[in-house]
Amino acid sequence: MSDETTPATTIDPLDWDYAPSVESTPVDIPAEQGLWIGGEMVAPVSDAGFDSINPATEETLGVLAEADEADVDRAVGVARDAYDDVWGSMPGKERSKYLFRLARLLQERAREFAVLETLDGGKPIREARDFDLPMAAAHFFYYAGWADKLDYAFPGADPKPLGVAGQVIPWNFPMLMLAWKVAPALAAGNTVVLKPAETTSLTALEFARLSAEAGLPEGVLNVITGAGATGAALVTHDDVDKVAFTGSTAVGKRIQEAIAGTGKRVTLELGGKAAHIVFDDAPLDQAIEGVVNGIFFNQGHVCCAGSRLLVQESIHDVFVEKLKERLELLRVGNPLDKNTDIGAINSAAQLDRIKALVAEGETAGGERWQPACDLPEQGFWFPPTLFLGVAQSHRIAQEEIFGPVLSIMTFRTPEEAIEKANNTPYGLSAGVWTNKGSRILWMADRLEAGVVWANTYNQFDPASPFGGYKESGFGREGGRHGLLPYLGGVA
Amino acid sequence: MSTPAVVDPLVSPVTPAAIRAFLGSVPSVDEVAVHARVGSLATRSIKKASKRSAIDLAIRMTDLTTLEGMDTPGKVKQLATKAVTPDPSDPSIPSVAAVCVYPARVRDAVEVVAGTGVRVAAVATYFPSGQAPLDVKLADTRAAVEAGADEIDMVIDRGAFHTGDHLKVYEEIVATKEACGPAHLKVILETGELGTYDNVRRASMLAMAAGADFIKTSTGKVVPAATREVTLVMLEAIRDFNALTGSVIGMKPAGGIRTTKDAIKYLVLLNETLGTTWMTPELFRFGASSLLNDLLMQARWLAEGRYQGPDYFTKD
Repeated sequence: MSDETTPATTIDPLDWDYAPSVESTPVDIPAEQGLWIGGEMVAPVSDAGFDSINPATEETLGVLAEADEADVDRAVGVARDAYDDVWGSMPGKERSKYLFRLARLLQERAREFAVLETLDGGKPIREARDFDLPMAAAHFFYYAGWADKLDYAFPGADPKPLGVAGQVIPWNFPMLMLAWKVAPALAAGNTVVLKPAETTSLTALEFARLSAEAGLPEGVLNVITGAGATGAALVTHDDVDKVAFTGSTAVGKRIQEAIAGTGKRVTLELGGKAAHIVFDDAPLDQAIEGVVNGIFFNQGHVCCAGSRLLVQESIHDVFVEKLKERLELLRVGNPLDKNTDIGAINSAAQLDRIKALVAEGETAGGERWQPACDLPEQGFWFPPTLFLGVAQSHRIAQEEIFGPVLSIMTFRTPEEAIEKANNTPYGLSAGVWTNKGSRILWMADRLEAGVVWANTYNQFDPASPFGGYKESGFGREGGRHGLLPYLGGVA
Repeated sequence: MSTPAVVDPLVSPVTPAAIRAFLGSVPSVDEVAVHARVGSLATRSIKKASKRSAIDLAIRMTDLTTLEGMDTPGKVKQLATKAVTPDPSDPSIPSVAAVCVYPARVRDAVEVVAGTGVRVAAVATYFPSGQAPLDVKLADTRAAVEAGADEIDMVIDRGAFHTGDHLKVYEEIVATKEACGPAHLKVILETGELGTYDNVRRASMLAMAAGADFIKTSTGKVVPAATREVTLVMLEAIRDFNALTGSVIGMKPAGGIRTTKDAIKYLVLLNETLGTTWMTPELFRFGASSLLNDLLMQARWLAEGRYQGPDYFTKD
């Protein structure tokens, strides 16, 4: 404003910092937990255990049981009995009642589960509260609706459940991945043995207790905890009919090798290195939000994270400037603070991996940029990071970092954008920002990705199938398509 | 934010082609994503000291407004008295930024607020419709300034904007700015009549290029009036204009902002779009009437730990 301003009301601008607004934590975490088998918590045969810690503070949250082959065998046996005796032959309309009950109970206890998810995994409470839990409940509601309509879902087919499903889920969205796996499996009439990730098992165990509250027949849902060996024992168990895995491509390949020739059905939802493509006619300020959401949501621990930004040459400088301004505003810190945008890295191991790849990105000649931000001393933290001047051949442009790190490259023509976007072994997702509808369709036709978001990013809905191309896996989760991997007798 | 040399985005003589090129360079707006961003910022949880300082700032940012046909000198004086001392029982409560009235009532307001630091804003240019010849609009403006108005809230010619006569809109703002003399000019876009966020963004850029000190959403006479979405779009335009020219332009959402909760959500938008530089009444105002009492009630609640009934706050 000009100098004529009356001085009487001139005051210094308010440097407004939000006071901490920390979510209360009304959750009871048992000091020691067993395995959920046959509708109750049982001690593991193995007698082995491991600590579950809060990655934001490194405090121990409790001791979890490490299931060995004998435990896996027991869980699968119980699941088989439940399938043969109760669940497999139960009419769909009866099964659907249980699923609706699970959905409603999960909704009722959403706050408690969100807090638990944040404590155990380090994600901001805002995301657990506004995304993970509502979406998990929505998946149960959605598949509850399908349970009695399978005959109509696939006209002319004779859909039948497969039997026992062995499911292994990752640590980035523990409850949501559980819902993606368990809801369609149960709706289709299968019974389940689920192994959550070793760093984020608490919500799955709590959900197991919730299933008892819902009156789910014993043995229909079993939850066993442990690390890679437990997962391997589960997916290779002879009596498991169906394997569903979400996680890294390396482990996905090992699973495929291990079960080759066994006749087990398998779906794999693996890594990604999504291209986020911004054209010069894009709504720029909204594209900035999309790009930020695409890579910094859940600390970048997202398989479909838009980790490669391809921005049209003519707007590169303006866009990067806006992006930097935006990153300065991100609030990194206590995940339980309702105003936190970026929480803790899930584990020490993951933090090491991110650091190693970032160091290598710098050595290779990428220009690292990070906003000024104070990181807590305890816990596992990494600031939001941009890499400028990245070449296609850099490891940070090729490998999945699974952290808050965005590699920025440019393109001139739509053809070049497609070539660069598809030049990856992965093919899970992609984003396109342009004001031109015809170009969106042209791009979507050519992008090798299971999901293409146009002028938005990270949109999910239970009715919409999700899954990958190429080394991002196969099979779809969500929607009517999400039933197919759990049914026999359908094409 | 540093203020580099101010660059005029439109070099005179301004032609329709130059304006077309200028507006053509304005990025488009994605409506769905604007709503998503506003929704996400609405979840900010503002507590304790940060809430108290927000209430304080919101009071200082208020343009306490009465724009009725039945406004009388007495009513305006009452309102102006409240503007200076919103809560006589609590000396820690600051004065509001300005009293906003029709040109005919400016002298009444000036009489009360003179020397207090509270300013007088007048709506002019044939508010709210703007449907009058330019010389009438300018005479309206000059009369308000002569009567003592420190700030003029003008309306743009929405008809001209919709028919594509952007030059007319531009020239009217330039002429009104000149008629304002030392008074500050707030340009009301009447976003409720512009139809799309793309139009809002273009109209914002046009108004700023023409010399607006502030851009303002609404007259309050059209529904919808201010929304957080439209405010975000205008704040983003202000940010772009600042990057383009170095000018620091103010923002005034007006109409429909009634509660402390609303006001705080607007401040979050401001804080996380334009940042600290703009967190001052010099650069952000709320055009409101009933908002002030809610702010006072919330301030009392924070001070005393309990709510006071509405009867304990004056209705002016």
